[in-house]
Amino acid sequence: MPAIIQVQNVSKSYSRDSFEIPVLNNISLDVQDGEFLSLMGPSGSGKTTLLNLIAGIDKPTKGNILVNGEDITLLGESALAKWRASNIGFVFQFYNLIPVLTAYENIELPLMLTHLSKAEKKKHVEAALDVVGLTDRMFHYPKQLSGGQEQRVAIARAIVTDPLILVADEPTGDLDKNSAQEILILLDRLNKEFKKTILMVTHDPHAAEKASNIRQLEKGDLI
Amino acid sequence: MKIFKLIFKNAFRHKLRTFLTILGIAIAVIAFGVLRTVVTAWYVGVEATSANRLITRQAVSFIFPLPYTYRDKIKEVPGVTTVTFATWFQGVYIDKNQFFARFACDAETMFDVYPEFLLSKNELATFKREQNSCIVGRDIAKQYKLKVGDVMPIEGDIYPGKWEFVIRGIYQPRDKTTDATQMLFHWNYINERMKKETPERAGEVGWYVVQIKDPAQAGIISKQIDDLFKNSNAETKTESERAFAQSFLASTSAIITAMNILSFVIIGIILLVLGNTMIMSARERTREYAVMKTIGFTGSHLIGLIMGESLFISIIGGAVGLALTFPLVKGLEQVIPKGVFPIFQIEPITVVLAALSALLIGFLSSLSPIQRALKMQIVEGFRFVG
Repeated sequence: MPAIIQVQNVSKSYSRDSFEIPVLNNISLDVQDGEFLSLMGPSGSGKTTLLNLIAGIDKPTKGNILVNGEDITLLGESALAKWRASNIGFVFQFYNLIPVLTAYENIELPLMLTHLSKAEKKKHVEAALDVVGLTDRMFHYPKQLSGGQEQRVAIARAIVTDPLILVADEPTGDLDKNSAQEILILLDRLNKEFKKTILMVTHDPHAAEKASNIRQLEKGDLI
Repeated sequence: MKIFKLIFKNAFRHKLRTFLTILGIAIAVIAFGVLRTVVTAWYVGVEATSANRLITRQAVSFIFPLPYTYRDKIKEVPGVTTVTFATWFQGVYIDKNQFFARFACDAETMFDVYPEFLLSKNELATFKREQNSCIVGRDIAKQYKLKVGDVMPIEGDIYPGKWEFVIRGIYQPRDKTTDATQMLFHWNYINERMKKETPERAGEVGWYVVQIKDPAQAGIISKQIDDLFKNSNAETKTESERAFAQSFLASTSAIITAMNILSFVIIGIILLVLGNTMIMSARERTREYAVMKTIGFTGSHLIGLIMGESLFISIIGGAVGLALTFPLVKGLEQVIPKGVFPIFQIEPITVVLAALSALLIGFLSSLSPIQRALKMQIVEGFRFVG
């Protein structure tokens, strides 16, 4: 069975003034369906860039990325946005919740792009809240939640559309030890119980241990 | 959750800033509405003119009189149906601050030529019969609490001396644009006294109002009238009543133009205020737009969100401004002497212009933040530190 994510000879460089700065050098990587892959490496190694490329929020300078058989490097901006909406759930280091929306409304945000009825949306949001264990905080605003709770809302937002892949960029990077542990348990549960393919970027070895597979990046090379 | 809810929540994210912006728009709309009302009030005399009335005045200047004897000659011009005349009397009623138009007119024909001044048959008959009588407009009667039978003492200046007029009628305006602030009395009353006191000024009228059958013949009739008095001591200039009214405004055209420009400058200023608010808001939300793009929101979604918020603020500001403009203009109408602006009210076109301006401001203010949000790459958005 082919890998759900196929990164084929991908390079990425950024232009700064007249300089070309290479970030990823001819990377190839396969991620199997249901795999929990942790990308590790020091700052500037290119792990977030690789994650962004796989999530379709950035484009490689060279190479192809196939997700579920579809080459996302060939998609235009609008098609890519639609693809992300139905295939990717994104968890950020700093949660990135909309401060004027309640937990419920933040989770509901991706569903605004669907044609689900109000009742169906409610069902999805409540299910996501149940998974992250925040049903009792659904009407709270982000500022009324702890960091760990905010991240759990962000995870609920990422899974509410039942995406193919969950990508998490340093999901425990801004949390205390206990909250970080809770988030890792939750991700582990999403992987094992809900069979979600998860790609997690971290530089915390303890967090990486939760993954079924760990890959290291060093100065743009996968080692 | 609907997109409108998100727009609403975004709009009131910074309550004070949004409140001040709405207040700014409201004040601008009020200023725009009041200035436009002043401009339209200025032009109301032009709007009230009739196409079948010509004005014959002294060719050199309006301030020079014409001989009374011209009346019969003008009457003979083909196409002329009625000729009446009037003289600017001015004078002081109560004190110099009480300004309204006071004319000596031909009592027999004046109300035939000006059918928009509605007067009962009895009032008109009494007025025609009594030489020291006068007719006042409804608004003047209301302002000075005057009624039929009251005596209005006027201290003359152009026609010196003390004058007393007995009110024999109060005319009602037929149309919205009809001036209801005039005082009209017998030219004969003035002329008889002039004959005794200053005979050299007797037999003079200020201008003739010539009623014609066919407005399409106005040009030909005007020329025929002026040709009658060519090379005389008092040559005439005849023009349509509209042109005559516009020539009065010509002297103040610079002020009106300035007011017109100012009303649109205000709109420009508030455009900058709302534009600034929207740019600040969009800048603060750079990361949020990056998140939304990541989730799958497209350019058109962001356009809807940003433009929706901008329009929402401008519509509220515009609505508040318009709602306050009406009582303010009403209040100003009470304060401004009736004689200055006989008709002082908000025209429908002013409401339409103010509403359209508010919408235009909302639309234009959103363009820059929209462009920024669309251009922003997601990864750049996440790197942004506001």
